Amino acid sequence: MFENLSDKLQGILGKLSNRGKLSEAEVDAALREVRLALLEADVNFKVVKDFISRVRERAIGAEVMKSLTPAQQVIKIVYEELIATLGEPSRLNLSGPSPHVIMLVGLQGSGKTTTAAKLALTLRKAGQRPLLVAADPYRPAAIVQLEVLGKQLDIPVHSEGTEVPPPKICSNALKRAREAAYSVVVLDTAGRLHINDEMMRELEQVKAQTHPQEVLLVVDAMTGQDAVRVADEFHKRVGLTGLILTKVDGDARGGAAISVRAVTGVPIKFLGVGEKTDALEVFYPDRMASRILGMGDVLTAIEKAQEVMDQEQALKMGQKLVKGEFDLEDFREQLRQIKKMGPISQLLDMIPGMSQLTKDMAPDVTDKQMKMIEAIINSMTPEERRNPRIINASRKRRIARGSGTTVTDVNDLLTQFRQMQHMMKQLGGGGRHGRGGLKGLMSMLGRLGG
Amino acid sequence: MSVFRRSKIRDSLTKTRHSFFGQIAGLLRGGEITEETWEELEALLVQADVGVNTTIALVDRLRTEVAKGRVRGAQALQDLLKQELLNLLGTPPPMIIDEPRLLTVVFIVGVNGSGKTTTIAKLAKYYKDRGRKVMLAAADTFRAAAIDQLKIWGERVGVPVIAHQPGADPGAVVYDSIRASQSRKADLLIVDTAGRLHTKYNLMEELRKVWGVANKRVHQAPHETFLVLDATTGQNALSQARYFKEAVHVTGVIVAKLDGTAKGGVVFAIAQELGLPVRFIGTGETLDDLAEFDAKAFVEGLFE
Repeated sequence: MFENLSDKLQGILGKLSNRGKLSEAEVDAALREVRLALLEADVNFKVVKDFISRVRERAIGAEVMKSLTPAQQVIKIVYEELIATLGEPSRLNLSGPSPHVIMLVGLQGSGKTTTAAKLALTLRKAGQRPLLVAADPYRPAAIVQLEVLGKQLDIPVHSEGTEVPPPKICSNALKRAREAAYSVVVLDTAGRLHINDEMMRELEQVKAQTHPQEVLLVVDAMTGQDAVRVADEFHKRVGLTGLILTKVDGDARGGAAISVRAVTGVPIKFLGVGEKTDALEVFYPDRMASRILGMGDVLTAIEKAQEVMDQEQALKMGQKLVKGEFDLEDFREQLRQIKKMGPISQLLDMIPGMSQLTKDMAPDVTDKQMKMIEAIINSMTPEERRNPRIINASRKRRIARGSGTTVTDVNDLLTQFRQMQHMMKQLGGGGRHGRGGLKGLMSMLGRLGG
Repeated sequence: MSVFRRSKIRDSLTKTRHSFFGQIAGLLRGGEITEETWEELEALLVQADVGVNTTIALVDRLRTEVAKGRVRGAQALQDLLKQELLNLLGTPPPMIIDEPRLLTVVFIVGVNGSGKTTTIAKLAKYYKDRGRKVMLAAADTFRAAAIDQLKIWGERVGVPVIAHQPGADPGAVVYDSIRASQSRKADLLIVDTAGRLHTKYNLMEELRKVWGVANKRVHQAPHETFLVLDATTGQNALSQARYFKEAVHVTGVIVAKLDGTAKGGVVFAIAQELGLPVRFIGTGETLDDLAEFDAKAFVEGLFE
């Protein structure tokens, strides 16, 4: 997401000439384009206006530091202001006596029910005992939906059918939580329009009955200019404590995040990044700002790698690489490590510049290639893996049959692997030409499967 | 177009009009056209989600006309703006869904939470009231309880729903639904597909496959494919329309949830850039809150 916006900012600011100070005309020219890009990203009109005037004030006459070009200087200011607008990272407030109550509110279709399940799972992972509450008797089968999700996750769901009014359901659920020692209660309320007075009053009642620590507005990342009005109205009626931005895994530029945050002043706490119940991420404003500016979400990528890569193994691998002893056995291990980090397409998205590259590519291709490569290697004997040179025509036919591929595929893999081995040796031997890192590995993978 | 329908659109647009386009009308009635008029006009269009590019193009055209002296005074400018907005929407051909046919298959597609299932219920009611024999196919086998949701709507409307188990192959559901429609002599089959983000390659491929199942069973099916857009969606709606059109040949757009404060202005860009006409608008939460989209009434309504 956010690709176009960041491309634009870089395109525009790259044009600034390299002089000691930024002139008013230069800054204005750049900021006009920044303004358009932000508007196109669905950042609210008024929020953009404020934002631009803040950046302008700082940028005009700003001393260009020796290490920075003027373009970078402006990017830095825009980046800092973006972070400031997006606000501090914030966790759930679970202070005070349990059970804590978390109330989810929002428009129809913003993703409350899915988010409720994701949140409950996150809480359980953090050692809490969550209870989900189906407080939407209006949408057909909304209760069943939450019950199904609860069953999948093995998290209990409190429901009382469609006849009991939501405030009553919620206070009953709270009572049950106290009796059965649940530590957190997650209320999945019905979607409603912010201008529907009756429905908004119902939310006020639920809040009065349950005294939630957290009232979280669930906002679709694809929302347009209206996001501010929706958020403002919910905030006025039920006093929001935070936001959850959903469907961030799409290509929406997510200007709503900036708008809603600026208008309500409450922090963004989570991002919904997929349909699976574990696809909920903590929100980091600096990362989001980096993404907006096209610096890529490198931090997330690195963290993910650290989570799954066995440090010791990595070290051993490194030594092997340097000595040129890297064989197919190691290569397979490497593939498995990468696979643990999630779909390749998602990883690529986090690397600066890569998201643009892969945009029009079938994101699934690399994953498929990896599967094929692994199948071929799996069909080899351990000896063949350690010493690929012994693989003759007959062995190739056997491997192809075993892996459901063709002899050409096996040949391709072996050829590419030899080239890779060669490259690795060069890298290890103080190769300054090496294009190391994940990106280098990716491009090798690409060639392997291609 | 019936008076009833026209007034329905007006009702749903009342909020829009008063809060926003009402302002434009007021602005333009003011008489003198100044630099401020243009800036305000731009601001108001952008805030209606019309989009920066469309807005700039629109305002530029109006400026040229005014500069050439062809348009004098605010009233003439207002008329011209109406005309330009109308031009953006174009004049689409009659809907394929209305053509006489043994069995018409309609696909409903869209991103998660756009309002597909509710829209299907309204559509089913709409066409049942007009004498069609309607059946529904529950091809969203992925989202928890989506099948139950459609079944409940089917009961309320009084149309049969063909469904499999959760997690079943949506292609198989479509296959069975077509056979059921044929044997029960239904003439309109509306297929509910799972919500999917348009950027998810695998899910779009799956949709393509399901589309292919219908295409193989019935000549030229699906005859109509509607993309359901949430009215609150901003410029991302363009991207959605582009991807879905590419994958399953979307033939028209239905704008859902137009009863909030969102303006649905992105519709202009979608019609212009992708040639996709708006066919219906969802105007409320009851089964009858669906209106056939009429460009003229829509644009006229904005200025009343």
